[in-house]
Amino acid sequence: MASHLLGPRIPSREITPEGVYLARRQIIGAGVAAAVTAGLGVRRARADAPGLPATKKGPFATDEPQTPFKDVTTYNNFYEFGTDKGDPAANAHTLKTRPWTVSFEGEINKPQTIDIDSLLKLFPLEERICRLRCVEAWSMVIPWVGFPLGPLLKRLEPTSKAKYVAFTTLLAPDQMPGQRRGTLEWPYVEGLRLDEAMHPLTILAVGLYGKALPNQNGAPVRLVVPWKYGYKSIKSVVKLRLVEKQPPTTWNISAPSEYGFYSNVNPDVDHPRWSQARERRIGEFLRRKTLPFNGYAAEVASLYAGMDLRKNY
Amino acid sequence: MTRSQTARRRRWLKVGVGVAAFVPAALTAFRFVTGGLGANPIAEALNRLGLWTLILLLTTLSCTPLKIVFGWNWPLALRRLLGLCTFAYACLHFTVYLGVDQFFALGEILKDIGKRKFITVGFLAFLILCPLAATSTNKMVKRLGFARWKRLHRLVYVAAVLGVVHFIWRVKADTREPFIYGAVLLVLLGLRLVPALRARRA
Repeated sequence: MASHLLGPRIPSREITPEGVYLARRQIIGAGVAAAVTAGLGVRRARADAPGLPATKKGPFATDEPQTPFKDVTTYNNFYEFGTDKGDPAANAHTLKTRPWTVSFEGEINKPQTIDIDSLLKLFPLEERICRLRCVEAWSMVIPWVGFPLGPLLKRLEPTSKAKYVAFTTLLAPDQMPGQRRGTLEWPYVEGLRLDEAMHPLTILAVGLYGKALPNQNGAPVRLVVPWKYGYKSIKSVVKLRLVEKQPPTTWNISAPSEYGFYSNVNPDVDHPRWSQARERRIGEFLRRKTLPFNGYAAEVASLYAGMDLRKNY
Repeated sequence: MTRSQTARRRRWLKVGVGVAAFVPAALTAFRFVTGGLGANPIAEALNRLGLWTLILLLTTLSCTPLKIVFGWNWPLALRRLLGLCTFAYACLHFTVYLGVDQFFALGEILKDIGKRKFITVGFLAFLILCPLAATSTNKMVKRLGFARWKRLHRLVYVAAVLGVVHFIWRVKADTREPFIYGAVLLVLLGLRLVPALRARRA
């Protein structure tokens, strides 16, 4: 499985001095203990969360105050586990994140299936502190742990026909109670244009706050595209397929007039249910102005040069 | 039971119902202050107050069907009180939206009411409840004349339908819960037709 993508296997103990490694384990243990006191649902979802290899500081970090761990892990939209914000934290303990594989398919020269623990070691993990803007007009600042998607896609060698990346979430109604109801079409699917997927801001996240991703946040691996509304950042990914045509996306299927393929954060294009001009940062009282591309215009606006972003919402 | 006994019982029933009706608002306020409403307390408080407005409205509308189905008279004595409690919750819900959620950003609020259809219908429902609350006193019934007063107060059915539509249009994809409220409303409205149907058959 995935052998030719992986370099020689180096156990993490040979990279990280044992003292540092053990100290880190203790910190992770303390984090789990804190989560235990935070609530039953959180504890169940986190109790067996595996540790993460060393992380380095990544680029594009915002220095805004970070949303507390408790809020990040108890206020979630993850309809596979229920439609209330607290449902994922209460229900996601049933998700089995090991064994887990991610398959890479379609217009690539090296199609393959990679085991999650191999995927975790493929690239150095980075801390990526970025804003998350939900289409419901609330936002957070989250210190993700992950790696950029671009280099991974490059290694898979996309063919000249590869124009988009289609992502798919796990389909497992026995583990995901929300999938037993037809609230959305399952499995959840999302997509990016290839240049968006290759952009250095786009990452696959495998952790947050220095720990493995809690189940309710999309364990064991999820997409993070910080300049788009949160629903583009698909959770618990099992498949990436490179394709020639624009792939279908779940919320667009559900309500095409409300959710477009691009879904770039845009204060000038209203959603029928929410004005997108302002947002409430979780933990703040007053709403703040929403920034074009969620504040990442300098990095990504050029991807859309010449496009009518009102039509391509 | 003598008349005065019945009157005394009714009075205590009203006190009990009136106090009970404010428990959800008090709990929401307490949890808001003590951090018990989760990561987004303003949105949560807004949702809870809105839901309780609808629950109280449906409770108000269940008084007449209870009389029709079981022949009980006591629910009718609670109708006005429950209607006023509904209006109080509607005011709380609207005030939290205006003053806390939007913090009096008038331009945004007007845009919301005009452009977002779930807010438009919710606002309409609130507007409808205002004259009903204002004409709830015995004096007003006399002033309007019972027939006219009754016709005016039939608007509560419109407000209830708009309230359910407000909820259905509010949710993103999971419409199960608002449709349950809609079904309850349909039953409550349908039961009102029973006396007319009975009369026709007789």
